[in-house]
Amino acid sequence: MKTNRLGHWIAILIGTLYFVVPLAATFEFSLRKLRGVYSFEAYRVVLADPQFQSSFTFSVGLAVVTIIFGMAIIVPMAYFVELRLRKLRPFVEFVTLLPLVVPAIVIVFGYLRLYNSSSILPLTNSTLSTNFLLTCGYVTLALPYMYRSIETGLRAIDVRTLTEAAESLGASSGTIIWRIILPNIRSAMLSGSFLTFAIVIGEFTFASLLNRPAFGPYLQLIGANRAYEPAALACMAFMITWACMGIIQVISRNAVAAHP
Amino acid sequence: MSFIEISHLRKSFGPNTVVHDFSLSIEKGEFISFLGPSGCGKTTILRMIAGFETATSGSLHVGGVEMTNLPPAKRNVGMVFQAYALFPNLTVAGNIGFGLKIAGKERGEIDARVAELLELIKLPDLGDRYPYQLSGGQQQRVALARALAIKPQVLLLDEPLSALDAKIRVSLREEIRALQRELGITTVFVTHDQEEALSISDRIVVMNQGRADQVGTPSEIYNNPATRFVASFVGTLNLFEARVVDPVAGRVSIDGQPVVTARDISAYGIADGATVALRPEALSLGGGDGDRNVLTGTVEEVSFLGAVIRVRVKLREARVSLDIFNDPALDLPKVGMPAAVSFKKDDLLIIDRD
Repeated sequence: MKTNRLGHWIAILIGTLYFVVPLAATFEFSLRKLRGVYSFEAYRVVLADPQFQSSFTFSVGLAVVTIIFGMAIIVPMAYFVELRLRKLRPFVEFVTLLPLVVPAIVIVFGYLRLYNSSSILPLTNSTLSTNFLLTCGYVTLALPYMYRSIETGLRAIDVRTLTEAAESLGASSGTIIWRIILPNIRSAMLSGSFLTFAIVIGEFTFASLLNRPAFGPYLQLIGANRAYEPAALACMAFMITWACMGIIQVISRNAVAAHP
Repeated sequence: MSFIEISHLRKSFGPNTVVHDFSLSIEKGEFISFLGPSGCGKTTILRMIAGFETATSGSLHVGGVEMTNLPPAKRNVGMVFQAYALFPNLTVAGNIGFGLKIAGKERGEIDARVAELLELIKLPDLGDRYPYQLSGGQQQRVALARALAIKPQVLLLDEPLSALDAKIRVSLREEIRALQRELGITTVFVTHDQEEALSISDRIVVMNQGRADQVGTPSEIYNNPATRFVASFVGTLNLFEARVVDPVAGRVSIDGQPVVTARDISAYGIADGATVALRPEALSLGGGDGDRNVLTGTVEEVSFLGAVIRVRVKLREARVSLDIFNDPALDLPKVGMPAAVSFKKDDLLIIDRD
């Protein structure tokens, strides 16, 4: 029994070291920009860089649009699958998992073939339409996470009975989704949103190949040309992701506390 | 035309027909129960009345208006579900007022109606609570108030008491019946619990495999079951395959012992088989007076059930169970001792051949 427990602790220790040591080393390295002293100089340089600000703002904006656009598509779809097309659920789950199987580079090349400037729908012709294409790409990338979050939320409530109860009180489908379904899957939607946010903020392939000034390509650019700033950026990216995960945890806990 | 007129309603799911040619007339203000086991089609009929299922064929009229293909939101039908189905994101008041809000009523009117209904369901101070803060019985009362808030023309109750514990079930069913009487609302109640159906209904429809086996008052259903299924489903029953000895005099033989029934068996021929039934509570231990039928056998089992004691007597081949009220002074029969069981001629039921 004791040997067994010791084995557990060793496994935990190895796992922790595997994750923590590189991160700690990166953080420690990011503090060495000024010779001989630890400082946050690399962070100051990054935060003062106008390109950082513009690329970060661009990616944050795009993440918000992606979340809204994705939710507008996925929530009604998941709701109607749960309500009326339960037999289709395995098929829909398979489709939503495809972005995990098909590499982003393949998807973006497909987009470029379909929507290039000489195609029937030339979405790459203008900045706005390219941004739209990028958003569509991000929705695709976020689909497995968003759909799963929403579906989990919908399964936690009795969608069919709640819908029927609202219908018998005279509510239309739109009213039911807006007033009954959405408020009851709010925590699931927020979880999906923060996962999407974390994905969009760090995404490189789509933004780079569609030539958009997003945060992912900026990270790559800095990484290729500077020494300490990439380490600072890596730490900041981790912080953003962890913050998102932390918020998801808080929301989930609050949701459980509110509806035990 | 009655207030609710269901004509030749049929419902199939693929090759599986769950409701066969169902017709029923329900009067305004009537409380009618659909009683039957799981899968008998009772809930499907209720859902067709609510508009959640579309009839494969047949028609449904409520208040003279054809409703067969009308969407649920346009039927003005209130529904209470087994699982309460309260909206978790809304307070009790929000739930009750939901239908009125959808109908575009003004805030003052909604508040007044909600307060009135909270009084009606005896939860006047719980308007600000959320559903998860209420007990099961309270939640179901709120669900009832929510269904009544829109002043529906019909109230549909889909096994509303099934998820509650026994004591609350009894008190809530009495409250439901009192409310229904007070409001005079036409109510269709679905249940698989015979006691519930018998205690609160004006009429009962006993459903069996998608068909109505019998429609009648609780007393008719209990005392004169039309089919073997109704007889066995409603109440506890001793069923026997008897042989007709004299159809005119009502003489039959149960397990080789002659008895007489007051029921009409003139349609049977001599030596015909007939299904006959006896309620346990109609039987007494002992021979009784000369007018009573008597069956003799041996006591096989004595079970204490609280208010009653059930005694099982083995005749020659068949067995008969009878209930006697629990009385501490009673000298209970012992297993293995000979026993006589007597009953009135009226109590021997003849079950139609089905």
